[in-house]
Amino acid sequence: MAETGTGTITDAGTDWSDEVFAAMRARGIGTVATVPDGGLTRLLNLCAADNATRLVTLTTEEEGIGLLAGLWLGGKRGMLAMQSSGTGNCINALSLCATLKMPCLMLVTMRGQWGEFNPWQVPMGQGARAAMEAMGVICFDVDERPRIGETFAAAADLAFDSSVAVAVMIGQRAIGTKSFAK
Amino acid sequence: MNGLDRRELISELLARRGDALVVTGLGSPSWDCFAAGDSAATFYLWGAMGLAVPTALGLALAQPERRVLCVTGDGEMMMGIGSLAVVAAQQPANLGILVLDNGHFGETGRQEGMTSARTDLAAMAAGAGIATTLTVSEPSEMAQLAALYDAPGPVFAVAKVALGDHPLTLPERDGATLSRRFRAGLGVA
Ligand SMILES: Cc1ncc(C[n+]2csc(CCOP(=O)(O)OP(=O)(O)O)c2C)c(N)n1
Repeated sequence: MAETGTGTITDAGTDWSDEVFAAMRARGIGTVATVPDGGLTRLLNLCAADNATRLVTLTTEEEGIGLLAGLWLGGKRGMLAMQSSGTGNCINALSLCATLKMPCLMLVTMRGQWGEFNPWQVPMGQGARAAMEAMGVICFDVDERPRIGETFAAAADLAFDSSVAVAVMIGQRAIGTKSFAK
Repeated sequence: MNGLDRRELISELLARRGDALVVTGLGSPSWDCFAAGDSAATFYLWGAMGLAVPTALGLALAQPERRVLCVTGDGEMMMGIGSLAVVAAQQPANLGILVLDNGHFGETGRQEGMTSARTDLAAMAAGAGIATTLTVSEPSEMAQLAALYDAPGPVFAVAKVALGDHPLTLPERDGATLSRRFRAGLGVA
C-alpha cells in the first residue's frame, strides 16, 4: 500500500486486520481511538467503513486513555490503536487505568525493531514494552501473523473481564518493514 | 480585573445541573465541584492532567442522552489543548466544557500561566473548530453559562475567575471507588 511521500509498507495487514476487526465487533468494542500508523492502515480503513464503529482520531495518544476512561464510565467499550512511539506519550495517562482499575485495551504496531530503517524509531520502539510494564500494563508480544487475531481476542477478554490494562504489541516482523525506497 | 468567585459560580451552575454528568479537572475545579455538593454523577479527577476533556468526551459519546459538563482549570486545559480539535471533529451535541480561568497554576503555588498574558482559550477553542464559544468575566454575564446545558454542543465557555482563597474541600480520592460509584449511578456497573 502506498504511503505518499514517505515510502511504502508491504501489505501484510490483510489477514490479521480482518481477524482483529471481527474480534472487536464480536466483543462490542464500538470505538477505536487512534493516531494512525502505517501498520494500522487496513484496520483503520475497516473501522472507518463500518457504521457501527466510531473512529476517533486523536492529536496525541494519551487523549485515548482519557477517552477510554470516559467511555467505560459511561458503560461503553473502546480501544486505542497506535504506533509504538505513541506508548511513550501515554505514560502519565496510564495512571488513570491503574487508579480507576479500568479496562484498557491497546493495540500497538511496533517500529524500531525488525529491520528498522529509521533510527528515530529505535529508542521508543525498544523501550515501549518496559515503559508500558512500568505503568502496570500487561503486554502480549506477537510477531507471527496467524497468531495476531487470537492474541488480540484473548487480550480483549482479559482487559474487559478482569478490568486491567492490556497491550497487544504486534512485532515489526509481522507488519512488514517500512521501506523508504521509491 | 478582579474576576468572578469560582465557588459561587460553580455552586450556581451545579444547582441547575439536573441529571447532567460532571467530569472535573484535577485540583481546584474538583474541590469547587465537591464544595457545591457531592454527587455520584460527578467524576472527580485527581490526576491525569490534560485528560479532563478527553474523559468527558468519552463519557459524552457513551451517554448521548445525558448532558455532560466538563469543569476544568486553564493550566489543565492548556496541557490537553489538542483535545479541543478532537471534540470539534466528533461534534458531541451533549458536551459542555467550562474552564475556570484564573490565569495561574493555582493549585501548585499560583505561578502565572499563559492566559494571564497573551493566550485566549476561547479563541483557541474556536480555532480548533468548536462553533459555540463564550467568555464571561462579569457577574452580569454569568447567565450566558446556561449555554453549557442548553445550547447544542459542543459548547466551550471560559469564566474569568479570581485567584481567590478557598478552603480545601476534598472529595473521595480512590479512583476505583469513584469510578464504580459513578457507573453504579448510571446503571452500567
Ligand atoms: C503532568 C502533571 N504536571 C504537573 C502537575 C502539577 N499540577 C497539579 S494541578 C496543576 C495545574 C493547575 O492549574 P489550573 O488547571 O489552571 O487550575 P487552578 O488550580 O489554577 O484552578 C499542576 C501543574 C500534575 N499534577 N501533573
